[in-house]
Amino acid sequence: MRTDASVSLSPGKRLLLLAALLVGLMGIFMTIGLNGNTAYILRHRGQILATMVLVGFASGISTLLFQTLTRNRILTPSVMGLESLFVLMQTLLIFALDVGGLSIFGSVGRFLAESALLVMFATLLYRWLLGGAGLDLHRVLLIGLVCGTLFRSISGLMQRLMEPGEFAVLQSRIFATFTRADADVLLISALVIMLVALVVWRLRHRLDVMALGPDRAIALGIHWQRHVTGLLLLISLLVAVSTALVGPMMFLGLLIVNLAYPLMGSWRHAHLLPGCVLIGIITLVGGQLILERLLDMAGTLSVVIEFSGGILFIYLLLRKGAK
Amino acid sequence: MKSFAFITGLALLLGLIVCSLFVGVSRVTLVSLWSDPEMREILMLSRFPRTAALLLAGSAMSVAGLIMQMLTQNRFVEPSVVGTTQSASLGLLLVMIVSPAAPIMLKMGVATLFALGGTALFMLLIQRIRMKSSLMVPLAGIMLGAVFSSVTTFLAMKFDLLQSLGGWESGDFSSVMQGRYELLWLVGAMTLLAAVIADRFTVAGMGRDFSVNVGLHYGRVMLIGMAIIAMISGVVIVVVGVLPFLGLIVPNIVSLALGDNLRRTVPWVALIGAILVIGCDVIGRLIIHPFEIPVSALLGVLGAIVFLVLIVRSKRHAH
Repeated sequence: MRTDASVSLSPGKRLLLLAALLVGLMGIFMTIGLNGNTAYILRHRGQILATMVLVGFASGISTLLFQTLTRNRILTPSVMGLESLFVLMQTLLIFALDVGGLSIFGSVGRFLAESALLVMFATLLYRWLLGGAGLDLHRVLLIGLVCGTLFRSISGLMQRLMEPGEFAVLQSRIFATFTRADADVLLISALVIMLVALVVWRLRHRLDVMALGPDRAIALGIHWQRHVTGLLLLISLLVAVSTALVGPMMFLGLLIVNLAYPLMGSWRHAHLLPGCVLIGIITLVGGQLILERLLDMAGTLSVVIEFSGGILFIYLLLRKGAK
Repeated sequence: MKSFAFITGLALLLGLIVCSLFVGVSRVTLVSLWSDPEMREILMLSRFPRTAALLLAGSAMSVAGLIMQMLTQNRFVEPSVVGTTQSASLGLLLVMIVSPAAPIMLKMGVATLFALGGTALFMLLIQRIRMKSSLMVPLAGIMLGAVFSSVTTFLAMKFDLLQSLGGWESGDFSSVMQGRYELLWLVGAMTLLAAVIADRFTVAGMGRDFSVNVGLHYGRVMLIGMAIIAMISGVVIVVVGVLPFLGLIVPNIVSLALGDNLRRTVPWVALIGAILVIGCDVIGRLIIHPFEIPVSALLGVLGAIVFLVLIVRSKRHAH
């Protein structure tokens, strides 16, 4: 990996700069145009900000882990259909239990049930998909994309069979917005993320080794299969968190990680992990600020991210093909 | 033997057409047709147009997929995979924003122009890909389609048309009635045209160098092919919506059985496309009777599964 000698800021300093930028942005986000019922506005904005922090964190880390695992800059959990799988799990659960059955769970219980289903399916499916030898990248990618379409179609089919009340409950959960955060789900998401962050941080040196690919990693003493399963489990937990909070956002992770590599100028996970988190949150908060304050278009952040992420993806694909 | 199979297929289609005419909320039977003029009216105003629309759209989209696969020399593409359909719906949305009361001909024209533009962009894009792995082509197309869709969603949100957008795109024949489907006959004509000049597409499918060698006007054939694909996609999306994966499943199944001589395969592709769409529609109307599931939902599931099988299978044939 190339490190820019000409711009010789150490990764630590770069992280500090990013953190300063983030704190500044957060400050602006919380205080700009504050009038009227200050306490209410602050609480509302605080919830949106908390959602953005958690989603930036989850998308950044899960994509980074996935790319380390697959040694590839294009694959992300959502491009591979994991988010649509989560939506399918939500649909399945509502379909199987109907609204009355769901209310017994409460929002936290439901989140846990959905996540458990997702982790189970995803680990099985993607271990099989990514563990198999001899599958080339393009095939894996295409299979992932088509799996995503399949999951979406099955969800769509079930949604057609649902009663309107059930559908309304579901509908509110599968379109990406940053403003519907439920305090209970925020709390449990924060807990899950802290837990995952702890585990990932302890794994950071092993992740550096895994980024070398299975052959070398195994030669250096990594228990490859076990680590792949473990990482897939963590990734699906993170995907569950971010999808439960804001709904599917296909290209967010791709955008974050591809910004993080050049901005951090380092291949070490000790730098990349915090870098991805900071860049993820900056992307969301900064993007929201620009849209809301400069362009006067509230609530369309996810669409803009999809657009720029999609173009980035095509660019990466073309460059990859040129090599 | 082959002609026997084709006749069997036609008979199956005919059976499905009869089913399609007689399945529905109000019970239309032969007896009631005889005695009840209201029933005759239902048949003529709603059932017959619907069945005709299914027939035309099903076979046309399948043939469009076939032509696209020939022109790109790639098995994994069809209009809804490479962004043609997505750009058509972007065009349709723009008309709705600029002049909501525009006549359907104008909507269709703009949608077709956008479909043409989207397809051309895709063609340019895949020419830039130097390492032309057969799987890169659909990947680039899917992404291009995603970019178009995000622009469409963005505009739809901004102008509060998200719901109507969902309505058009859902590939639903339930609103097809007399006076709302006739443009599809145009699509039928396009399909016939494609069948007539099929051997040129076969030659173009051998590649540019080969085509020029045997004296084919390669650029012109490409343009005609793209125009046919764009017209079919544009009209179908305005009249009935998206029929996902149809152009992918049917040509692949036919070419597995019959090879790649278009003159021979076009009738088969058209026939099986019609059978598939009418079949899915009848099933969709029966599952949750008296409500119905749109064809697109069933096709999406079926198509994705067939696509997956194709990708996994092609691994054995490659290299």
